[in-house]
Amino acid sequence: MKLLRLAPENTKFPFMRFRRVSYPFSAVLSIISVVLFLTVGMNFGIDFSGGTLLEVQAKSGTADLSYIRDLSDHLGLGDLEVQGFGSPADASIRFGMQPGGDVAQQAAVDKVKTALGDSYDFRRVEVVGPRVSGELVQQGTLGVVLSILAVLSYLWFRFEWQFAIGAIIATMHDLLLTVGFFSITQLEFNTTSIAAILTIVGYSLNETVVVLDRIREMMRKYKKMPTAQLIDTSINAVLPRTLMTATTVFLALLSLVVFGGQVIRSFSLAMMWGIFVATYSSIFICSPTLIYLGLRNEQRAASEDVTGLGGKTGARPLSSH
Amino acid sequence: MLRFAPWKIVLTLAASLIAFMICFPSMIGPDNRKALAEHLPSWLQPESIVLGLDLQGGAHLLYEVDRSDVIRSMVGNLRDDLRRQLREEKIGISGGIGVNARGVQVRIPDAAERARIMPKLSTLVQISPGVGGSGLDISDAGDGQLKLNLTDAAIDNKVKRAVEQTIEVLNRRVNGLGTTEPNIQRQGNDRVLVEVPGLQDTNRLKEIVGTTAKLEFRLVADPGASPGDVDQLDQTDQPGKLPIEKQVMVQGEDLTDAQPGFDSRTGEPVVNFRFNIRGGQQFGTVTSANVGRPFAIVLDNKVISAPRILGPITGGSGQISGHFTVEQANNLAILLRAGALPAKLTIVEERTVGPGLGQDSIDAGKRAAYWAAALVVTYMLITYGTFGIFANIALLIHISMIFAALVLLRATLTLPGIAGIVLTIGMAVDSNVLIYERIREESHAGRSIISALDAGFNRAFATIVDSNVTMFVVAAILYFLGAGPVRGFAVSLALGILTTIVTAVTMTRMMIALWYRYARPTKLPI
Repeated sequence: MKLLRLAPENTKFPFMRFRRVSYPFSAVLSIISVVLFLTVGMNFGIDFSGGTLLEVQAKSGTADLSYIRDLSDHLGLGDLEVQGFGSPADASIRFGMQPGGDVAQQAAVDKVKTALGDSYDFRRVEVVGPRVSGELVQQGTLGVVLSILAVLSYLWFRFEWQFAIGAIIATMHDLLLTVGFFSITQLEFNTTSIAAILTIVGYSLNETVVVLDRIREMMRKYKKMPTAQLIDTSINAVLPRTLMTATTVFLALLSLVVFGGQVIRSFSLAMMWGIFVATYSSIFICSPTLIYLGLRNEQRAASEDVTGLGGKTGARPLSSH
Repeated sequence: MLRFAPWKIVLTLAASLIAFMICFPSMIGPDNRKALAEHLPSWLQPESIVLGLDLQGGAHLLYEVDRSDVIRSMVGNLRDDLRRQLREEKIGISGGIGVNARGVQVRIPDAAERARIMPKLSTLVQISPGVGGSGLDISDAGDGQLKLNLTDAAIDNKVKRAVEQTIEVLNRRVNGLGTTEPNIQRQGNDRVLVEVPGLQDTNRLKEIVGTTAKLEFRLVADPGASPGDVDQLDQTDQPGKLPIEKQVMVQGEDLTDAQPGFDSRTGEPVVNFRFNIRGGQQFGTVTSANVGRPFAIVLDNKVISAPRILGPITGGSGQISGHFTVEQANNLAILLRAGALPAKLTIVEERTVGPGLGQDSIDAGKRAAYWAAALVVTYMLITYGTFGIFANIALLIHISMIFAALVLLRATLTLPGIAGIVLTIGMAVDSNVLIYERIREESHAGRSIISALDAGFNRAFATIVDSNVTMFVVAAILYFLGAGPVRGFAVSLALGILTTIVTAVTMTRMMIALWYRYARPTKLPI
């Protein structure tokens, strides 16, 4: 049986030659992301902005979206966002925080419930008050910051400093572009999105580590090879694996997007974007950073020969024995 | 590479088999599970996976004890205690006792009396033993003016006790509703989480939980009573206010039982109650002395009804009627039995999922998981052939091990948790891919089959560990910071990472070793 190969055998792409394009390109994208985040902003879900989300289903026939929209005038709840989704009988209603603290939020839900009365089932009711949403923002931010710090300290411990810096830059790049993705698509950003962002951070580092591991190994093996060529060889060597894994994860996420339902769609879409960006950055962002940071394979080899210290790489390779 | 001790193989097989067996009951649906349980001995009852509220439907309500309400009642108690103390010690004060937001002030003109009362004042507010600090901050503002302010420690202490008491009361109340396995627990310093699975009607739950249920029996004031002794209170079933005497005849604390029932004459739903001995005596005394006057049944400062006292009620039992519906009577009986809340509760977060939506989510999650598994399995097969089969067997064991671990840890499976499992389906094969690609590479570099296999496994292992540690750290942080559904995602992800090392590395290696021994290949199939 002829087996499928995503990458041709023994590729020799000169990836490092693209660094003069990929670096400015990514820098521009990152800046655009930040600008978008600051101007357009993300579509914060009620987890972070506070407010109420109701999912209703008409008990018979279809949901009367325009009727529900008109409710906002009668009830005085401010902007009422009404959307149909899934089947025609389903609708989601979202409105912002009501002035008057936690008690006012509950009163608003009761108003809508009374207005829609017996013709709708309330399939989901989520009310997040002002204090809880504030805490969720804190926790989410803390989570992102902590996990980046924790993972980076692990990298610091396992690799040399140039590698760790490269990984930081690549991870930041992925993080910014994901924020940009949320700003541009206006996908709802909620606690599950934080999970998506952290998973993207994890995946991005996973990709980066695979490339870095190989570079480190090659450095021990080919002590005289120029750095750029060494990095190119390493990336080409792991390229089949990179594409293969990106594809399997993509397939899993595709199933989630298509079949996983409304609730986790924004999570799955963000993750999809994340694996794409992470794969790109591990090749085009992290590795060139090593060159910019002056990782000099030739010099190292020379200095190692002089001192005779093989442990200069500072990393203990793990093995299964 | 080729040598595997037989016990290792047996152990691996046994672990996989046990994992399958643990998952089995969760896969067959509740009815079959019940049937299975009947056929198994009591020590081997099938455990099913615990579904989160987002999957089985239910209500998640986060309540906060109203701190200002606690302070208000503390200040009220302090004023009453201070007045009693001054009266007992026969201390003369000028003016009354002033009340402010955090305490009270009083003017004691006589210096000797002031000195005498000072040490006793500090005992007015007690903090539970073990907590340091004093409960009351007493300062002399000059001119005989004493200021008594509650300390933060005293308030924190009281809030903590209020939360504990609230949890007790809510447990009794929610159990009175007859729902299955409610979960009521403290969250942080001043919050109480109420989770009730499978509940559709949250309005009733909210009514039952959110009512303070402070019941009082008070006399309706005579027209001539002084305004200082009278509260003007709302009525529940009609507009307008009633003048009610401030003095409380009997309190809800003195009830021993309350049951819903029907009035024997009108057939209207009522609540029958019984007093304890103290309450019965008090009620008997007051009713004997006030025959002909109306008295009010007051719940949370609203008059439920104000019947006329027809004769002395000395039997220690009575009836509350107030034009109730059957459900209202039921609720009131539950509330009175469970006792009053120590402070007002406010909902700060509500998440309710109907059972229909929960089932839809389960179905969607299942469908996504099946498709993901089918796609990945096919893809591995057409990419790696025989080795793809090994990877797929490892993947199957991997998924059942995640489920088995979830069952054994009694972890909760949520929708994001399912997403986490689906994601690990895609990521679990990464270890296999790393190993296989490495084997190919080594084989292309001119190594013999056996040496390429060996090098592939050994060299890929360091990378597998490195890349999985980073992912595991992320999952751990998500677990500690996330709440509810997101936590479920973190659990699935972390378990997926742990099991992938076992299945992708050890099991695949074993399968390839056995394959090599029996097939004696002349070239690698990848």
